[in-house]
Amino acid sequence: MARKDQPLIRRLPVISHLNKSVGLQRGMLVAGIVITALFLITALFAPLIAPYGYSQRFPVSQEPPSGAHIWGTTAGGYDVFSRTIWGAQTAVYVIVVAVLLSIFIGVALGLVSGYLGGWLDRILVVVADAIYAFPTLLLAIVMSIAISRGQSSMWGGIFSAAISITVVFIPQYFRVIRAETIRLKAEPFVESAMVVGASSVRIMARHIYKNATRTLPLIFTLNASEAILTLAALGFLGFGIEPSSAAEWGYDLNHAQTDATAGIWWTGVFPGAAIVLTVLGLTLLGESMNDLNDPRLRGRRRAGKAPRTAPTAPAPLPADAALTKEVAS
Amino acid sequence: MTTLIEAPPEDGELLPLKKSKSGGGLGKYLLIRFLLIFPTIFILVTLVFFLMRITGDPITAALGDRLPPDQLAQRIHEAGYDRPVLVQYFEYLGQIATGNFGRTISDNLLVTDMLATYGAATLELAINALVVALVVGIPLGMLAAYKRDKWPDAVLRVVAILFYATPVFFAGLLLKLVFSVGLGWLPVAGRAKTANEIALNQLASPTGIYWLDALRSGNMAALGDVAQHAVLPAIALGLLTGGVFLRLVRTNVIGTLNKDYVEAGRSRGVSEYRLVTKHAYKPALIPIITVMGLQIALLLGGAVLTETTFEWKGLGFQLAHYLTARDFVAVQGIVALLAVIVALTNFIVDVVAALIDPRVRY
Amino acid sequence: MSRHAAAPADPTGERPVLSIEHLKVTFATDTGDVKAVDDVSFAVAPGEILAIVGESGSGKTVTAKTILGLLPETAISSGAVLISGNNVISVTPAHLRQIRGLEVAMVFQEPSTALNPVFTVGWQIAEGLRAHGNVSKKEARTRAIEALGKVGIPEPEKRVDYYPHQFSGGQKQRVVIAAALALNPGLIVADEPTTALDVTVQAEILELLRELRDVYGTSIVLITHNMGVVADLADRVVVMYQGDVVEEATSEVLFDSPQEAYTRKLLAAVPHLGRNSASEGFTERAHQDTDVLVRAEHLVIEYPGRLGTPAFRAVDDVSFTISAGEVFGLVGESGSGKTTIGRAIAGLNKTTGGSLKVLGYEMLNFKERSFRPLRKDIGFVFQDPAASFNPQLTIGECVAEPILIHEDRTAAEVTKRVEELLEAVQLPRSYADRYPHELSGGQRQRASLARGLALNPKLLIADEPTSALDVSVQAKVLELFKEIQAEFGFAALFISHDLAVVDMLSHWVGVLFKGKLVEEGISSVVMGSPQHDYTKRLIASLPVPDPREQALRREANRALLFG
Repeated sequence: MARKDQPLIRRLPVISHLNKSVGLQRGMLVAGIVITALFLITALFAPLIAPYGYSQRFPVSQEPPSGAHIWGTTAGGYDVFSRTIWGAQTAVYVIVVAVLLSIFIGVALGLVSGYLGGWLDRILVVVADAIYAFPTLLLAIVMSIAISRGQSSMWGGIFSAAISITVVFIPQYFRVIRAETIRLKAEPFVESAMVVGASSVRIMARHIYKNATRTLPLIFTLNASEAILTLAALGFLGFGIEPSSAAEWGYDLNHAQTDATAGIWWTGVFPGAAIVLTVLGLTLLGESMNDLNDPRLRGRRRAGKAPRTAPTAPAPLPADAALTKEVAS
Repeated sequence: MTTLIEAPPEDGELLPLKKSKSGGGLGKYLLIRFLLIFPTIFILVTLVFFLMRITGDPITAALGDRLPPDQLAQRIHEAGYDRPVLVQYFEYLGQIATGNFGRTISDNLLVTDMLATYGAATLELAINALVVALVVGIPLGMLAAYKRDKWPDAVLRVVAILFYATPVFFAGLLLKLVFSVGLGWLPVAGRAKTANEIALNQLASPTGIYWLDALRSGNMAALGDVAQHAVLPAIALGLLTGGVFLRLVRTNVIGTLNKDYVEAGRSRGVSEYRLVTKHAYKPALIPIITVMGLQIALLLGGAVLTETTFEWKGLGFQLAHYLTARDFVAVQGIVALLAVIVALTNFIVDVVAALIDPRVRY
Repeated sequence: MSRHAAAPADPTGERPVLSIEHLKVTFATDTGDVKAVDDVSFAVAPGEILAIVGESGSGKTVTAKTILGLLPETAISSGAVLISGNNVISVTPAHLRQIRGLEVAMVFQEPSTALNPVFTVGWQIAEGLRAHGNVSKKEARTRAIEALGKVGIPEPEKRVDYYPHQFSGGQKQRVVIAAALALNPGLIVADEPTTALDVTVQAEILELLRELRDVYGTSIVLITHNMGVVADLADRVVVMYQGDVVEEATSEVLFDSPQEAYTRKLLAAVPHLGRNSASEGFTERAHQDTDVLVRAEHLVIEYPGRLGTPAFRAVDDVSFTISAGEVFGLVGESGSGKTTIGRAIAGLNKTTGGSLKVLGYEMLNFKERSFRPLRKDIGFVFQDPAASFNPQLTIGECVAEPILIHEDRTAAEVTKRVEELLEAVQLPRSYADRYPHELSGGQRQRASLARGLALNPKLLIADEPTSALDVSVQAKVLELFKEIQAEFGFAALFISHDLAVVDMLSHWVGVLFKGKLVEEGISSVVMGSPQHDYTKRLIASLPVPDPREQALRREANRALLFG
């Protein structure tokens, strides 16, 4: 638990984690923060950084990197550098919409289902488990076709991509929050509230909600990286956003596949590297936070060296900070 | 509603499956676990059925811009796509319950034949990739746990994240650039050279798994060719899954390394190496196997992308094609098969995990 | 504070098996470096049982781990830990591995976690043998069987292939001891070896450790917080407090004439069965002229079996009453059903048969909605003070919760009431603004008591309220409980596994064994002359904190305890 006598800034998720990290773990966390910040800055200032618009086409196609086009151009005559930069913006939009949509539904369902139990809980669990175990990409594709039906405006594309990803995320949030709720329900402090006669609504709102959602910043980070991968996969398979609506890394990689066979490397390597770097940054950030939350996985300074800071008391989080199935512990 | 909850008995002495000498405990568990397969399949089939109906009908998707509206409506009526969705849904459920999956709309194949043909290719890819993933993930995961919080651990963790962070189609592109275009060692795409493919398909009762067919017919030239084609897709998909396995093994082994029984082994002089590979690894195996089962989803999802990247003509490759054509029948058939595979895999994995655990066995 | 150098421990001048000189251990924590052990020196002679006693934070467990070189990497230690001439702190890792198991072995606190659940016990014992030289599978097995036989596991040839879960708690601890014994080390470090066990099982394990010393001449370093265990087993005692050795003496001298103030305080705080009984001199049950608040008649509580296992009957045909103003003590070992009864009265468990009337409400027909108004008359104090407060709320908010739910009061009135309550449990008013983690265990349990009393309940249920606390803290909390009960006059159900604690507070006591109430009566009478065989055994197993008295008790009860 964050101590309330610390200034607010010390208790914010990422900053409090930075304070208690040491050595290699700190290095990984810092790398994650730097890459993620770079990604966000690129997205925010895309209009200033990119020399051209994302849908701007040039008569020179498949031109190798040059002064005018530092990362070259594609077969369709797009500037690779500009599209890679604008792609960051699209990715951020999709992450924000997808996570916002799924977080509210997932948390509410998980809380109610976990606390009340009964038939509703059993049905929701079976449904969530079925979706959770299924290749998420396939559901996202079908969902995307169902929503967009060939529609390709920028926000239309972003929303359809985001909603497709949401279908996959809701069960994840649901599972995490439900598991936490069930664990907390057996905690003496919740039973203490039960024996004094607190109503179910009061217990959920006052005692469980805040304690169950402590891991959310972490899930958010890990899911953000999954959202980027899903978005790119949709684009790669041709079920994503049209190039004229927004820049999207997956779409560009799709078109770069044939280029690669001909030895034209620049059309694929840059958007691909952008995906890898962004996902790497977000995952480093999320995993480091996960480890720091879990006392078992947290590295500590060796004694004898002067402490850097005097940060917060350790707060054991649920041991299974297994948030997405990819990182499941 | 009530706030009564069933708390476990005070000291948790009795394990749920402990006294299963009569065979009741474990047997009943397996039965219940097996019955859970059906709702899983049912939910997924239903979900995809209704989602596909929202996307429109296959006749319009295929011929919408070529036929005048009245003819189009006529064709839709003939195919029965203008009836209420629920009627179509129950008709569909009735059909699949009797094993009748119908014919694909776009290329008029029996869905069962289509699944058998392309399913073999996907199975081959999945097996190859799984071998790569296990060979990479398990030893490296143990190494990372052994060296936890030291630099080899940090390096391995970043490598694992890189494997996971690299989409298969980008990994494929890089592999092609280096090994096919740059070095010219391996083919760019496909499962085998056309001549070999024809030869293998003409065998009596082919399995469709090329290396198996080549081995059975003793066609060593074809086997070499098939192996060459298999390398890059297996690596692209295998490393993705392997990265996840690495993290999975590392996290769980570190978890059990902190247990008292490992400390107890240490207090008797057991070496750190043996503590990791035996004392900590075997108890960790139970959650590892369970979660590995869930990775079947990642593997199948990745297979769709891998097949498209390497023009590997399996279910994933075909799925993308059928989706574009709004071929309901084909898509639903593929999804139903995948749902069965997912549900069965998870069932088998749970059974294996239960059998490893002596607390369940005895 | 007096320091004792590593003087030869044994008057015969034999070389000590273990000698610790000026040991210092420092840990890195989030809040900076913490000194866990600060200049500790002592020695253990061959065949000697040395007890290290202390409360939490005394550094006793850290000292024990240092002996085997098992400290985590975050610790730095200096000084010397000499085992047959080798300094454990400075030897190479390979050499350390040789010392572990061969020269010194360890017995752990929690036998169920110290055994690997997925390997047979035979394999686990053999692992220690194989770590020290090339031992064939067959030979390792033979020696594992031998070790299991030594510690009194019946049918060792068969049991060697069993998995840990197939043994009971006491047998598991025997297996752990067998694994420690397998290589005949000269020294065994036993870290709270009986703390996780029931008192009747504890007596057997203590007897086993004593035999090891008597038969094989093994030296034992016994780490414990339990003065009764010390009095029962130890030859010599080292008392630790906050990383320092406070006092060192032979067991008899220490208990007879403790020199240091801390030792005297510690010994005074230990409950001693038969002294300070709340029902001293009672001849009949008190408070029988008042209302009956709780009436159980043939009460049955079952937990549904999971997946095909039969239901587990936690409470089996139990009848009792609790009258207004009466303190009813409920004692029993783990699995006796005592906690289940307490929870059922508070509506946290369903009853499944018989009748349980709480304030006139039949719990068999429990509905939260209709029971809720009665909840204001029932207070509950949980076992673990750390877990029973919402970490996100202040102590004041937690104590105010029952008031806010059941009474319509202004904010100022609530604040005033919370402050009164905190003062009643001897906590400063300002603690209302603190968060639970900012209080010590004893303070939290006082706050928990304040919350339980917030609405002046007629009945307070206290489930092992002091078992998570150190003995000196426990003494204060018990005292407070006694005072407040006398002042407020509420009835109480006091649940505990500790007979001496129950006797200090209760007027009437019930003894539970495997879900059945085997005996009830006036507390001092039951403790003094138990009637039921189980009660007799329970009382005989409880070691008293006095070596001479305990030796006499042990001999007198030998037949009863060890058959």
